[in-house]
Amino acid sequence: MADSTPLKTPLYEWHVANGGRMVDFAGWSMPVQYTSIVEEHQAVRNGVGLFDVSHMGRLAFEGPKALGWINAVATNDASKLEPGKIQYSLLANDLGGLIDDILVYYRPDKTYSIVCNASNREAVVQQFADHQEGFKASLADRTLETAMIAVQGPAAAATLRPLVDRPLDDLKYYHVVLAKVADGVDALVSRTGYTGEDGFELIVPGPDALKVWIALMESGASSGVVPVGLGARDTLRFEAGMPLYGHELSDSIDPFAAGVGWAVKLDKGDFVGAEALRQQAKNPGSKRVGLRLEGKRIARQGSTVTSGDRTLGTVTSGTFSPTLQQSLAMALIDTEFSAPGSKVVVDVRGKAEPAEVVPIPFYKRPRA
Amino acid sequence: MDPKSFLYAPSHEWVAIDGDTAVVGLSKFAVDQLTDLLTIDLPKVGDKLTAGKSFGEVESVKSVNDLYAPIGGEVVEVNQAVADDVQVLSEDPYAKGWLVKIKVADPAEAAKLLDHAAYEKKIAEDEH
Repeated sequence: MADSTPLKTPLYEWHVANGGRMVDFAGWSMPVQYTSIVEEHQAVRNGVGLFDVSHMGRLAFEGPKALGWINAVATNDASKLEPGKIQYSLLANDLGGLIDDILVYYRPDKTYSIVCNASNREAVVQQFADHQEGFKASLADRTLETAMIAVQGPAAAATLRPLVDRPLDDLKYYHVVLAKVADGVDALVSRTGYTGEDGFELIVPGPDALKVWIALMESGASSGVVPVGLGARDTLRFEAGMPLYGHELSDSIDPFAAGVGWAVKLDKGDFVGAEALRQQAKNPGSKRVGLRLEGKRIARQGSTVTSGDRTLGTVTSGTFSPTLQQSLAMALIDTEFSAPGSKVVVDVRGKAEPAEVVPIPFYKRPRA
Repeated sequence: MDPKSFLYAPSHEWVAIDGDTAVVGLSKFAVDQLTDLLTIDLPKVGDKLTAGKSFGEVESVKSVNDLYAPIGGEVVEVNQAVADDVQVLSEDPYAKGWLVKIKVADPAEAAKLLDHAAYEKKIAEDEH
């Protein structure tokens, strides 16, 4: 990054004024927590939490050949999208390594846009630019002029409903609508999230973000709403078994091992990395698994997983699960040991900790 | 015990020296910064601490952090209540949450530590 001064979201001043402990993350100054990771985590599992996710990249396509361009670069089949639908997809390089995981929005106005990871925004823009030839379309980076707010938890709908000019009950998972929120703010409202709970994500013009955020804080007060930092965002997504780029996904982890092979559509026609991915699909050498450790210590990223003298793989993420009150990890290990119930050992900073392979997700929300 | 009378290491451990024995703990500031403490590893009675060197580690949901000896000496007592339940440290870092008692090897080492006012000034600066 050319400039070392971190970017600030339109909600930066609010975070600082409300106890947000700010850290540099992917070129942005973001709150890692306000009070406690565990408290913020529990608020989302039991009530509702608000997340400033404005650091995520927001890219908008224009032009008649946007769909063809997306389908030539991303691994999932965007032609399957109806207006108002969202699709999880991946960007691979020519060798099948992952550049990022993204959400492709087919907006109700029949234009396409993408939400990508903050750390990969420039690489995603570059990948599309490198493969534009023949596609009459353009890609505009809207990240800095917009904001993105996630409202997550069992009380998310109750919190958002009074502020939106349309019903929410018919907005299904991975669908998106255009709406006005908080007295006339134009918002793209999707039923998406990264917590394992019901919830919504709102993309709004940057200058309106604070007004929307404060309206949500007030509306959610009766449900115990709290602002949630990146720390709990990570523990929530972890319990829900959702991969995070840089941990479960990288340019050296293939999508089939990582458990996101379902987002690679090898029969949709040619796309970047298709040939390499076709080979990888035939031969998944490792698998992403859940591990439950016996002790309370956390097996963090990079910890080695073994069985006897054999090295099976490495931990990609680990935490002490606030919901399950157990030390849990996700790891990429030899498929031979990937069945739930397998006993393995994790080296946690020099000490061998016994662990058992368990299914992921670790946590599934109770369905009404 | 009064935290205003303690001495502090820049790495946030406190020490209360009384003759040739000293009580060592972790500052409230450090405990608040860590939050969500999970486990703590403490030395055993008879272990030797060296000033500035790690004598244990404390783990929170967010991170693992070494504990550094503010002053050298031999461990004469370990706070079993904290070893059993790290929440004791979270709740009362300056009294019930002390970590170890040591027999001080060289009292002159204390000259390098910060008094309460200097420590307060340091953490105020770190916040910015």
